[in-house]
Amino acid sequence: MIITKQKNFMDILRRIGSKPVFLVGCSECATLCKSGGKEEVLAIKESLIKNKIPVSGWVVLEPACHLMNDKRMLKKYSKELSESTKILVLACGNGIQTLNKLFPEKEIIAGTDTLFLGEISRVNEFFKQCLLCGECILDDFDGFCPVTRCPKSMLNGPCGGSSNGKCEINSEIECVWDCIYQVFKKKGKLDVLTFIQKPKDWSKALENKRRI
Amino acid sequence: MNYRSNLEKVLTEGHFVVTAEIGPPKGTDANKIREKAKLMKDSADAFNITDNQTAVVRLSSLAGSVILLHMDMEPIMQITCRDRNRIGLQSDVLGAAALGVRNMLCLTGDHQKFGNHPAAKGVFDVDSIQLLQIIKNMRDEGIFQSGDRLLSGKPYVFLGAAANPYADPFEFQVDRLRKKIDAGAEFIQTQSVYKIDKFSEWMDDVRAQGLDTKVHILAGITPLKSVKMTERMKFHVPGTDVPNSVYLRMKKASDPAKEGYAIAVETIHQLKKIKGIHGIHITALFWEEIIPLLVKDAGLHV
Ligand code: SF4
Ligand code: SF4
Repeated sequence: MIITKQKNFMDILRRIGSKPVFLVGCSECATLCKSGGKEEVLAIKESLIKNKIPVSGWVVLEPACHLMNDKRMLKKYSKELSESTKILVLACGNGIQTLNKLFPEKEIIAGTDTLFLGEISRVNEFFKQCLLCGECILDDFDGFCPVTRCPKSMLNGPCGGSSNGKCEINSEIECVWDCIYQVFKKKGKLDVLTFIQKPKDWSKALENKRRI
Repeated sequence: MNYRSNLEKVLTEGHFVVTAEIGPPKGTDANKIREKAKLMKDSADAFNITDNQTAVVRLSSLAGSVILLHMDMEPIMQITCRDRNRIGLQSDVLGAAALGVRNMLCLTGDHQKFGNHPAAKGVFDVDSIQLLQIIKNMRDEGIFQSGDRLLSGKPYVFLGAAANPYADPFEFQVDRLRKKIDAGAEFIQTQSVYKIDKFSEWMDDVRAQGLDTKVHILAGITPLKSVKMTERMKFHVPGTDVPNSVYLRMKKASDPAKEGYAIAVETIHQLKKIKGIHGIHITALFWEEIIPLLVKDAGLHV
């Protein structure tokens, strides 16, 4: 899941100025992150109207990052869209750019900050899990990703700051290397951790396009 | 025998060595390094030049090392993985070796969050163990990390790494030390020792695995100068372990600096008795002038 958070409302307001605006949400990640689902879109609509900003219409795309689907869904809103020069998008950075592609003549406003690819651990709590490195090495660590979860991306950790299972950078997160160590110990395969992991091949993360 | 550095020579000859740390200035004034260096000149065999320690921007460790070379002193250039990718790191290794740097200490580095540029993007393209292996392969095999060949001259350097017996998980620290040795570490400087029993326990494991014969271990000493510094080390610096007994001694002392100094002397005496310890590495934060006396009082012969 792409984890997003809504930008500060005053900043959004400053971007919009006084022009009419059309609102776009997303049915998937942004809905689950409560940054751009129907509820949030309607709440922003209310706040904008209170601030005397005309809202010409709104839609929750399914999902915003799907170019073809967006085209189809937005057909119904051509009138509302023509009444606004600005579109506020409450979706991830991908969804925002897809809208930008669809409406090059309009000003697209990013209503969220995209934070990371992560897990919904429980309602309203998310954890970063993957840096999209292009060559998954989770199998070497029994399903834990040190590339992402160690703030220093150490492949031969832990660093000297690991303390009581917590990370030196942030005591609210686990030291992923402590997790790895404990699991390998339980499974009786600590010897595997004595092999030196080679530097990662980051060229694998450089794909800008993929066609199947 | 052809030694790469004086540090390698004295360690190989079985002398008990002293290394001391010099932190470069937050500015261009090379005299700041020269002054500290002059103070310590006769007190240590080699001198660590830190690489933007605690992620605070300072004069580079490469430049600092060259300033020492001009004073006929031997630097140990620290290199961290935080600020440069494998291209930058290998390039600096070549440059430093070309300028005469013969000891390098590989570290992953403190996270940028702790420094004066918390908004910086941390690089961490490789970690300390990978960096050791990269430099070892440049030196011994003449190849870069990518497999490409070095064409004119290999970095003839003596390689070091850090170890922290106080980090968790404790049981893994010796395995991790072995990984560093496998990767290319020939000497080790440890985290500052305040809790001697835990350190001894770690050294027991190190000896049990025969690692004391494969690498030269220098134990870290940082004399405590004040109660405030003790508290910072105890509560805020990741990876240090200041026991309550030491904290209490510092708090009760009428002259904390004197007490901290006495603790350091005692600790060095205890460390010298531990089999497998080949030297002491002194970091005297904002207290460099104490080093000559400390070395003398602790009976460290240089
Ligand atoms: S190894 Fe790479 S692809 Fe796999 S979880 Fe980690 S960052 Fe993601
Ligand atoms: S404490 Fe653990 S997770 Fe945090 S930086 Fe160190 S090795 Fe990585």
